[in-house]
Amino acid sequence: MNNGQPILETDHLQMHFPVKGGIFRRAVASCKALDGVSLSIAPGETLGLVGESGCGKSTLGKTIARLYEPTGGSVKFEGTELAGLPRSELRPFRREIQMIFQDPYESLNPRHTVGAIIEEPFVIHQMGTREERRQWVADLLEKVGLPAAAAQRYPFEFSGGQRQRIGIARALALKPRLIICDEPVSALDVSIQSQILNLLMELQRDLGLSYLFISHDLAVVKHISDRIAIMYLGKLVEMGDSAMVYENPRHPYTKALISAIPVPDPTHVPERQVLEGDVPSPIDPPPGCAFAPRCPVRVGDECTLRVPELVEMEPGYWLSDCTCCVTKDASKA
Amino acid sequence: MADPQPDNLLEVRDLVTAFDTDAGQLTAVDGVSFPVPRGRTLGIVGESGCGKSVTAMSIMRLLPQPMGKILSGEVLLGDTNLATLPRNEMRSIRGNRISMIFQEPMTALNPVQRIGQQISEVLLQHQDISKAEALDRSVEMLGKVGIPSPEIRATEYPHQLSGGMRQRVVIAIALACGPELVIADEPTTALDVTIQAQILQLINDLQRDLGMSVMLITHDLGVIAETCDEVCVMYAGRVVERAAAKEVFANPRHAYTQGLLNSIPRLDGKPKTELNIIEGMVPSLSELKAGCRFAPRSGREHKGHLLTERPSFEEIAPGHWVEACPVCTRA
Repeated sequence: MNNGQPILETDHLQMHFPVKGGIFRRAVASCKALDGVSLSIAPGETLGLVGESGCGKSTLGKTIARLYEPTGGSVKFEGTELAGLPRSELRPFRREIQMIFQDPYESLNPRHTVGAIIEEPFVIHQMGTREERRQWVADLLEKVGLPAAAAQRYPFEFSGGQRQRIGIARALALKPRLIICDEPVSALDVSIQSQILNLLMELQRDLGLSYLFISHDLAVVKHISDRIAIMYLGKLVEMGDSAMVYENPRHPYTKALISAIPVPDPTHVPERQVLEGDVPSPIDPPPGCAFAPRCPVRVGDECTLRVPELVEMEPGYWLSDCTCCVTKDASKA
Repeated sequence: MADPQPDNLLEVRDLVTAFDTDAGQLTAVDGVSFPVPRGRTLGIVGESGCGKSVTAMSIMRLLPQPMGKILSGEVLLGDTNLATLPRNEMRSIRGNRISMIFQEPMTALNPVQRIGQQISEVLLQHQDISKAEALDRSVEMLGKVGIPSPEIRATEYPHQLSGGMRQRVVIAIALACGPELVIADEPTTALDVTIQAQILQLINDLQRDLGMSVMLITHDLGVIAETCDEVCVMYAGRVVERAAAKEVFANPRHAYTQGLLNSIPRLDGKPKTELNIIEGMVPSLSELKAGCRFAPRSGREHKGHLLTERPSFEEIAPGHWVEACPVCTRA
């Protein structure tokens, strides 16, 4: 699948936020939201990113889009290093990477008409005459399944699903190559969710887009993704072909995550592995393997002594090399 | 699920609840009937705005005042009609015989009161015990809902707990007086899947141990399939289908139920294929029609009286009730 150059590649990407305290508001600690994330996305591919709240999924998306300046590691877009690039040189890449946000109620300016919202990227990048831009807006609205008349209306006049379509139209405006979808369907009802997922898949087919699809819903991610990466506390723990990760998960966290999903079939008897406790804080992560305190197959001291790395176990399949995953017989809980 | 006719703890009959708004009176719950069987879990499923929460609020008599009113219908708990009960009598039932678990564990708890106090409050309200006894019972409840070191947690404030732990506290408050019915309104929607699994298991275990009835409101069909014995599917203020959970999933008869079941992505589905959709969206309260409300989204042609007369609610098989719009229930 990965013949040729990936469209996006991150290498040991780090995003540490300072935690300020004391009367002088000095940095007293750091929140390790991303702690060495390496992944790549091929042209036309969807990489699904799954994890629980607070694991750093959204930070990863925003760091790739350079809404945050990474504190370490690299982000390469078609081979060009984006980390550390000054604002002015970043601008051409802003067109290539766009974002769709979770909350369609908060990500659209309520005082602008839909037309103005979708037109804004063209204005910022000084493209086209007013007449051309109006035509482009109409084309974009049609592409996402909204009537052209929507351009004169305001966001509040639309439902959640329609607003998400407006957000998608805005993201598509500059003909990006990569779209970071940050929980795009989490706020939507089931019947609307499938409409939006279908739209995203259709646009990908037609326009050859790549997606980084962030969600906590594994069923949604599995449906839309070619590959899946599982994230826990700022690190990837498992990454590979989506069917493979789902059917044969090897990391105990992935196993627990998959087994925790309620299956819409009353005859299904869940073999549930209920994890104890909560996700620890990224400000003071547990020593060694961050998952160790909740890990059902914890081996012993080794788990807390060494920080596991994501390694390629077989071509295209990556796994955190913590002791419990790598020893085969221990992985059966 | 063995006996077909379990006795019912609570029965909702033709409940109509409306809100007074600037746009006139809007009917959010339009003639809803269902029984809540004793010791079982009843699931109420539907998309946002279909009246699930308003139904729950009507049973609890917690409708926002003065806009929300129960216009007609009965909510029978034994021989008592909760819909018309005077406010002070309702107060002795709420939190005592019927209690509620809310969706948002952060806003459901008082941020400036210790957790022990918040649980004691319910006990002191309904039982004739001393403050010290109430606090002891609170600590005991915290232990029961699986909170480690409950003595210490009882002296802490909600912000010191994680989301999952807070939801456990909300559950402890709901169960403190040993209610006969617990209404859980989207109890796990704000939680992560691994925490959701913990909380659902807890609710199931407690239900088995305490023998209470649970009314679980959710939009997640997966949660319904795993926890409920009976299911009511609501759409636009009405119940469109009601049956045993197995029956609803195996043999859905209403087009809306079928659409809902078909539209969710499944873990065992074929990736990157087009999902089935339900066209359009849930109608807003101001544009509700008298006839079959699913008609515009059903993709099937409705004519004449189907659009102007409400379809009857019929038992098409033992225990399987459907809003019998002939077009929407056509095989």
